[in-house]
Amino acid sequence: MEKFRTPLSRVRLWGSAKAGSGLFVAQRLTAIALVPISLWFVASVIFFIVKADHAALVAWLQSSWNAEILILLILAMFYHGYLGVHEVVEDYVHHEVVKAITLVSMKFVIIAITVASVLAVLRIALGT
Amino acid sequence: MIMTHKRPLSPHLQIYQPQLTSMMSILHRATGVFLSVGILVLAYWLIAAADGTETYQQAQSLLGSWLGLLLLFGWSFSLFYHLCNGIRHLFWDAGLGMDIKTAYATGKVVWVATIILTALAWVLAFSLKGGG
Repeated sequence: MEKFRTPLSRVRLWGSAKAGSGLFVAQRLTAIALVPISLWFVASVIFFIVKADHAALVAWLQSSWNAEILILLILAMFYHGYLGVHEVVEDYVHHEVVKAITLVSMKFVIIAITVASVLAVLRIALGT
Repeated sequence: MIMTHKRPLSPHLQIYQPQLTSMMSILHRATGVFLSVGILVLAYWLIAAADGTETYQQAQSLLGSWLGLLLLFGWSFSLFYHLCNGIRHLFWDAGLGMDIKTAYATGKVVWVATIILTALAWVLAFSLKGGG
């Protein structure tokens, strides 16, 4: 029976097929990236940051690849968190206006703190 | 024309008996939301570090207070749980390990790994800080 149906009739009434799959893929790609990066960050905190003063932290961020990995962490983790909370809000906030305001505010906030955090790392790494 | 037949609805949550698999699924979301709050603290910490020695010391002593350490413990547990269970989810996305027996077995592995990693992180952090 199924094979006689047109592709359109198979997908009709089963919901949106717009940009959702792109976000689905982005959530998983950031997840894969965050496995090594977040473990690197936890190890850095344990082995270095807990006993570092400000000067030691600055020196650490100015040496080798630390600033670069930290910026990758910010980009991947903040985007991953944004996508996840977006999904939770979509699932549990049912008031359309509240939902819209929450989702738009989240977008502004995540972009603002991402820019501020990357800039903070760059300022330390470049010594300005 | 659009809504000619009703879509299936699942029964409400209270009707189910709590199970390892469903509890772990809810905890995956809960830890994810809690970790997103941690993102704000990470951003604050980085901005404080860029601001200078004084602001950084302020941030460090806030995070080093008992409330800060309690929150950091929560975030470390959440990170390890979300990371381990996230790997489990990635295997499911690839279509692997979806039968009930494997789902329970990997669920238990996630719990053991989370507890070991969280304990290891804090033992290492305290012993290294004490030494230095």
